[in-house]
Amino acid sequence: MSVLVYTESENGSFKKTAFEVVSYAKAIATELGTTLTAVSINASNTSQLGVYGADKVLEITNDSLANFDSQAYADAISQAATSQDATVVVLSQTANAKFMAPLVAVNLEAGYVSNVVALPKSITPFKIKHSVYTNKAFSLTQINTPVKIIGLGKNAYGLHETSAAAVSEAFSPTLQQSNTKVISVDKATDKVTIADAEVVVSAGRGLKGPENWGMIEEMATILGAATACSKPVSDMGWRSHGEHVGQTGKPVAATLYIAIGISGAIQHLAGINSSKIKVVINTDPEAPFFKAADYGIVGDAFEIVPQLNEKLKAFKAQNA
Amino acid sequence: MKILVCISHVPDTTSKINFADNDTKFDTNGVNFVINPNDEFGLTRAMWFKEKQGASVHVVNVGGPETEPTLRKALAIGADEAIRIDTPATDGYSVALQLADVAQQGGYDLIIGGRESIDYNGGMVPGMLAKMIGANFVNTCISLEIEGSSATAIREIDGGKETLQTTLPLVIGGQKGLVEESDLRIPNMRGIMQARSKPLHVKQGVEQSPRSQATTFEKPAPRGAVKLVDNVDQLIDLLHNEAKVI
Ligand SMILES: Cc1cc2nc3c(=O)[nH]c(=O)nc-3n(C[C@H](O)[C@H](O)[C@H](O)COP(=O)(O)OP(=O)(O)OC[C@H]3O[C@@H](n4cnc5c(N)ncnc54)[C@H](O)[C@@H]3O)c2cc1C
Repeated sequence: MSVLVYTESENGSFKKTAFEVVSYAKAIATELGTTLTAVSINASNTSQLGVYGADKVLEITNDSLANFDSQAYADAISQAATSQDATVVVLSQTANAKFMAPLVAVNLEAGYVSNVVALPKSITPFKIKHSVYTNKAFSLTQINTPVKIIGLGKNAYGLHETSAAAVSEAFSPTLQQSNTKVISVDKATDKVTIADAEVVVSAGRGLKGPENWGMIEEMATILGAATACSKPVSDMGWRSHGEHVGQTGKPVAATLYIAIGISGAIQHLAGINSSKIKVVINTDPEAPFFKAADYGIVGDAFEIVPQLNEKLKAFKAQNA
Repeated sequence: MKILVCISHVPDTTSKINFADNDTKFDTNGVNFVINPNDEFGLTRAMWFKEKQGASVHVVNVGGPETEPTLRKALAIGADEAIRIDTPATDGYSVALQLADVAQQGGYDLIIGGRESIDYNGGMVPGMLAKMIGANFVNTCISLEIEGSSATAIREIDGGKETLQTTLPLVIGGQKGLVEESDLRIPNMRGIMQARSKPLHVKQGVEQSPRSQATTFEKPAPRGAVKLVDNVDQLIDLLHNEAKVI
């Protein structure tokens, strides 16, 4: 018996979510009285994982895994889990982790629960809480299989330092020829992504047109934030589809979500509910977003946002 | 080309979420059910393949008789035949297993599911199904072109997109982008009339036991009232000193 956690990296460096899943998996390993093994793919600096509790790291180094391939990654992680006799496998909920998790579940004949928000409520039977109905409710779900796969929601547990040995060991999975090839990747490397961002600055139809997004981008730059938008804004082509957040767009689990000129329709709120602090700026005091926010300013975005940007710049300069 | 579109029957996005029987069941009282939005984008893309490339399109749902109006709506939008697998949709794994049976018997080239259903949000059925039947799989698919037995798909990744080349048989987890919002079709009278006489096959499910099951549900704790401020200095102060997020 052991706990296995997959630690995702990009260009060799671990993502922040990797440290969060290790922290979480360590707590489960402690509860089960067993050890925690992390598995990494083409990552350097694996000893960092010890800080969050990894006792062992299986390092996979393989050029054919340079691009993400769901089948190959799922096979690699499944084989690592089997080699460690893992009964619990923890993954994050990044796009790639969500892509391969169901494949790992079939490989390991395991029950899989996604969007998990807390440590297991009980071990026997194994019950765990996860969000359902797009953040409008939680379900306590029981997993009946010997092997359990947990997809931990971003920022659901946080980082916890515990320090363990993180002894690394090379691991070479047996991989099949893949039928799927990556032709091209189109990714802005200079921008913070909604998935990784701690702060998200989002704007809606209240901004009147795409030409007015300069002040939104400026705020994002000052705060090191990602930019996002409501659905009609992406439907009208003011912003790219990748920025659409909400029930039919991307989920946002940021520590700070700033909504500017967004009314707060139920479908929008569903997607951003798991963010910690929400700020709304809207001319209409009756806008439903005020019922869902922590802080609000009733006012015109075209006046408030430039003022806020100036003051934030000064604040950042002082607190740098 | 034979296409199967998996249709999840879900509460519409404006539904109030409540639970019944001591919080063990979703309360369907007053709830309007619809085709899962991610599946509707996929179904609409399937209509394009039907009209432009002569594909045949079947739709399938795992669930009781109450889901039939949703399947009829898919027929009214233009699907040729519908299949209902008469067994409750418990966990993602058992739904995938039921679909795998239909998929294998039907010899489909392309199976279109949604990235996730908006009720359970499991995000696992298409991937599990692909693995069970040994098909290729592309998740969060936002564009799909098929030529002969090869497929070019674009998938959304964190912070961008990626173009993939793969082969049929293929399963996708689709979402908005497969078609645009404005491409979605509202069934017209003719479609609705035709749908009444299109085949809707009811099949028994295969024997299996669920790998997981929901025990109880709860709603998030009610939140405190918003703090309204009237100037930006105050806002920055609260975000820094009270919320500690900047
Ligand atoms: C099936 C379905 C799925 C959906 N999924 C999503 C989803 O995933 N995400 C999503 O966002 N929406 C979704 N929607 C759409 C949703 O219902 C709303 O229509 C949408 O969120 C509204 O966008 P908005 O707030 O930008 O625009 P509006 O509702 O038009 O609101 C604009 C707001 O800006 C304010 N405003 C105007 N001028 C100013 C100014 N100068 N300064 C400050 N404020 C100003 C107004 O008071 C208003 O509150 C979905 C709808 C359906 C039916």
